[in-house]
Amino acid sequence: MNNQSCIPIKKEWDIVGARQYGRDIAKNLGFGSVDQARIATAISELARNIYLYAQKGKICFDIVEGVNKKGIKIVAIDEGPGIEEISKVMEDGYTTSGGLGAGLPGIKRLMDDFDIISEVGKGTEITVVKWLR
Amino acid sequence: MDTVLQDIVLGNSDEIVKKWINEVEKNSVHKYSLTISEELFDSTNREFVNVIFVSVQNQGSKDDLKDFAERIINFGWPLNYLTEGMQAFRRVTTNFIIERSETLDAERFKQVLESVDEWVDPIVNFLVSEYSGSWESTVSLQKVALQELSAPLIPVMDGITVMPLIGTIDTERAKLIMENLLEGAIKHNAEVVLIDITGVPVVDTMVAHHIIQAAEAVRLVGSTCILVGIRPEIAQTIVNLGIDLSKFPTKSSLRKGFQSALEITDRAVVNLKDKGNEMENMIDSLNKG
Repeated sequence: MNNQSCIPIKKEWDIVGARQYGRDIAKNLGFGSVDQARIATAISELARNIYLYAQKGKICFDIVEGVNKKGIKIVAIDEGPGIEEISKVMEDGYTTSGGLGAGLPGIKRLMDDFDIISEVGKGTEITVVKWLR
Repeated sequence: MDTVLQDIVLGNSDEIVKKWINEVEKNSVHKYSLTISEELFDSTNREFVNVIFVSVQNQGSKDDLKDFAERIINFGWPLNYLTEGMQAFRRVTTNFIIERSETLDAERFKQVLESVDEWVDPIVNFLVSEYSGSWESTVSLQKVALQELSAPLIPVMDGITVMPLIGTIDTERAKLIMENLLEGAIKHNAEVVLIDITGVPVVDTMVAHHIIQAAEAVRLVGSTCILVGIRPEIAQTIVNLGIDLSKFPTKSSLRKGFQSALEITDRAVVNLKDKGNEMENMIDSLNKG
């Protein structure tokens, strides 16, 4: 692993910075425009979740190498309220903020690997990976 | 104001200037040499130190300082060049006076420090506030400029209005879009409103949510909303996210959207030249008959 870097999310405009940064990494790795849009959208969702629910946190980017493949790993870390029922937030249409409720399940469909760790009162860590094909 | 100390400093200005320039050059050899030519750096240093001395000499008058600050801000010099320069001046002057002093007890030492601070601090404060003032005014101007760009509504013809959206949509802008859209739809008596998202780089759930809400609100005031400019990659991410946009019509381009808008308002684009030919043909056929 190399090239790890984190972008703090504190203001709404940090979301734009994070996804621009992620899009650049994806572009340099050789992702096509559709995958770039997917990655940027996923980052946008992750960052917005941090901004909406935890107020502050960070998005970390990493380039991962598997057997014969390369990918971008994005980790969203916050110390917010945590998620009580993870199975519920992974359902389409479930929302506590009046939004569309498509964020987390959407991210899962946009990316290849998806992992979520959350503890109530402690925070949430979501790790996603998109592999370059 | 301790005039004795002031006299020491002003009387030995040449020596202090030399030391100061050495100090500044030592500190910034690596920082600026890439972007700024040596002559410019030298001349700016000289100007800077002159301004400092003028300011020490006639306390309170900041005209020269203001001129200098304005020029240096316009050139885009980094603020830390100025703060480092002032720190260097503080160091050099304090050392210089202390080296000159015969008696050096705590009282004297305190006096020296206080006097130098009295010269340096107002200059630093002034420079920093000039800089931040110029940034603030730039930021607020840009904010206004952005707001003007954020949600324009163009009445292209009777009953049809277009809102082209370019750039990132945040919460504030989403609100503006909704307001302008509804206000404009009513003001221009629009039957069809086209929202063009060709220039929106990322459509995430929040952006989609705001667009859906805006379209729904437009429907409530009696107009039809068509979402146009959906690029292929955006279409794919919208499907992946599982966002339901089936409630209102969508089109890939503004042109197609405009065509459906014409259909909805019972109109069509007619090519005048062809029509002329048609008439001629008709007259011709009548003549023949």
